[in-house]
Amino acid sequence: MTSPPADPTWSAPDSVAVTADALAAHDYLTDEGLATAVFLALRLQRPLLLEGEAGVGKTEVAKTLATWIGGELIRLQCYEGIDLAQAAYEWDHARQLLHLRTAEATGAAAGASTDDLEHELYDERFLVRRALLRALDHGDGPPPVLLIDELDRADDEFEAFLLEILADYAITVPELGRVAARVPPVVVITSNRTRDLHDALKRRCLYHWVEHPGIEREVAIVRLRAPEVGERLARQVAAATAELRGLGLYKPPGVAETIDWASALALLGQDGVTAETLDATLGTVLKYREDQERVRSNGLESLVADAAARHG
Amino acid sequence: MAEHRATETGATGTDDPAQAAPDEALVAFVATLRKAGLSVPVGATVAFADAVALVGATDRSGLYWAGRATLCTRPEDLDVYDAVFDAFWAGGPPAVMRPLVVATPVTLALDDEDAPDPDDASLDATDDDGEVLAVRYSPTEVLRHRDFAECSAEELAEAHRLMSSMALSAARRPSRRHRPSRARHGRIDLRRTARGGMRTGGELVSRHHTRPGERPRRLVLLVDVSGSMEPYARSLLRFVHAATTGRTRVEAFAFGTRLTRLTREMATRDPDAALERAGLAVDDWAGGTRLGEVIGEFNDRWGVRGMARGAVVVILSDGWDRGDPDQLGEQMQRLARVAHRVVWVNPLKATPGYEPLARGMAAALPHVDRFIEGHSLAALEHLAEEIVT
Ligand SMILES: Nc1ncnc2c1ncn2[C@@H]1O[C@H](COP(=O)(O)OP(=O)(O)O)[C@@H](O)[C@H]1O
Ligand SMILES: [Mg+2]
Repeated sequence: MTSPPADPTWSAPDSVAVTADALAAHDYLTDEGLATAVFLALRLQRPLLLEGEAGVGKTEVAKTLATWIGGELIRLQCYEGIDLAQAAYEWDHARQLLHLRTAEATGAAAGASTDDLEHELYDERFLVRRALLRALDHGDGPPPVLLIDELDRADDEFEAFLLEILADYAITVPELGRVAARVPPVVVITSNRTRDLHDALKRRCLYHWVEHPGIEREVAIVRLRAPEVGERLARQVAAATAELRGLGLYKPPGVAETIDWASALALLGQDGVTAETLDATLGTVLKYREDQERVRSNGLESLVADAAARHG
Repeated sequence: MAEHRATETGATGTDDPAQAAPDEALVAFVATLRKAGLSVPVGATVAFADAVALVGATDRSGLYWAGRATLCTRPEDLDVYDAVFDAFWAGGPPAVMRPLVVATPVTLALDDEDAPDPDDASLDATDDDGEVLAVRYSPTEVLRHRDFAECSAEELAEAHRLMSSMALSAARRPSRRHRPSRARHGRIDLRRTARGGMRTGGELVSRHHTRPGERPRRLVLLVDVSGSMEPYARSLLRFVHAATTGRTRVEAFAFGTRLTRLTREMATRDPDAALERAGLAVDDWAGGTRLGEVIGEFNDRWGVRGMARGAVVVILSDGWDRGDPDQLGEQMQRLARVAHRVVWVNPLKATPGYEPLARGMAAALPHVDRFIEGHSLAALEHLAEEIVT
């Protein structure tokens, strides 16, 4: 996959169609809904909240935006207990202490007032900049893409804090003052919806519920991402995956699994999906043993037949 | 202030709201979504209009997706959205797509995204300064201090309307849309805003801001709806409703001989509808009281497990109880241990000669942080201060 180089003079797109084309040029295929949401997020300079099941392509949107825009991708992976220090900034205590010791040792401390010393200690060089601060305090050039990934994993206190930052793209470091973005970063927030995000946060965002792609788009995605896979194989794989997604599995296959599976079959010299090859490669597409067992006991033959009948 | 200038086309000669002037059609569409149960914040209407302008809406699907991105916030919204969209725009191509003719500015909405419906009668937007809003109803000082039990039906209605505008201010967060340069800091100070709004009696009132801080503590309100509370119960529930609409993290209960959770009922935006739903949910309205048992039930099922932890818990009751006072004392102690603050609001406290002699009240008092009146607007204003701080 060769992507066109980032455009040095990036500016927000003029239309939904331009947005869709640009993302496609960087190997991400949208539908009209997602393209509209991305377009509006860029034009209205609002965060984009993408919710949906794991593997539908949420995170990839942010990565693709970064390559298109040419800005840095700043990723904040959320987890339970994530806080200000890990997400925004913290003071490097070890280095502050070292500075203090040095000042003492050289006698510099003797002459300096406590205020001066403290001032020195809270100098920017002792500040450890984490994702949020970096995203706001970026240099010239295209804006960075701030990816706040899987926010549903963080505690809701963290959301409240995030809300403050996203509200005006600024953060206050008590010792240094307010840091406001001259050009707001492009913000993409994803959630697998293991819990509901706060309404107030949602209100700041443009929202898109990301579904698994339809057959046609998934075929196109497979062909784009795994060019060695032929049209016929791609179609049968997409059809079988769609069938699998309808079974209420513990972890339904995402787009990445479809791509992997199609590549695996192509590698095995297959140009379609049969019960036998499905049996041999089921682990590529279903990651959980329970799901594999469930599908096997349902019957692989019938799955292949249903896929062909429904989407053939 | 995020304000949207809309323009009007000539009369379309039809009653179909979808054929009205473009932005009016968009507003009407949002109103229809709300009626169908979607909770669409005020700011979203403006974002929607902006989005439609950007997307161009040269076809139906542009309009559809512009609305999806700005008006929906959950997958559960989508079915309702689809149904309303189809029904609303059924009468042919939306007027939005037609060229605009006359340019009469219309202010669409407030800039405050946490505010309730723009059609809320107690609110009015101004078009020049984000710091002012109008509180339309003008109470007299007399009404402010009148005991609810002595109010006429009209006075009660007026008082209830005022209550909505009072707690409305509690909800306000700083207005910070996508124009950082005009961003404001600090959340609205309910204490000062509520006071100001009432005192000036319908003048334009500036919103007072406090410094941004943590989000508000959870607020748990328990309202006594037993027989002895009859003159106050409805007014207090109104207040509860206003408080619920005004902020997040609010839980509401009614109690008499048993406890009924009303959080869902109170979430209905329209106060009359909320009160009606509450009436249906509570089946021991105007009956007896078993305070100890009820507080115990609250502790066991909700409070001690988490809902009351670190919360401001407000009990609105006259404290007249036939139950065991020791049990009440014990349960109040449990509650006080986990809560950030326990406030007891007693409408009878203001009655001259009333001493907390009721056995229940006496047993509860040692575990209460604040014991205040609740018989009038002024008293509830005072309660509002207790709640926000
Ligand atoms: N629309 C798409 N176009 C191209 N590739 C896609 C698309 N959607 C998903 N993918 C592929 O699927 C992979 C998994 O998507 P990802 O963004 O990680 O899912 P999520 O974040 O929703 O769990 C991506 O790395 C990408 O290879
Ligand atoms: Mg992801």
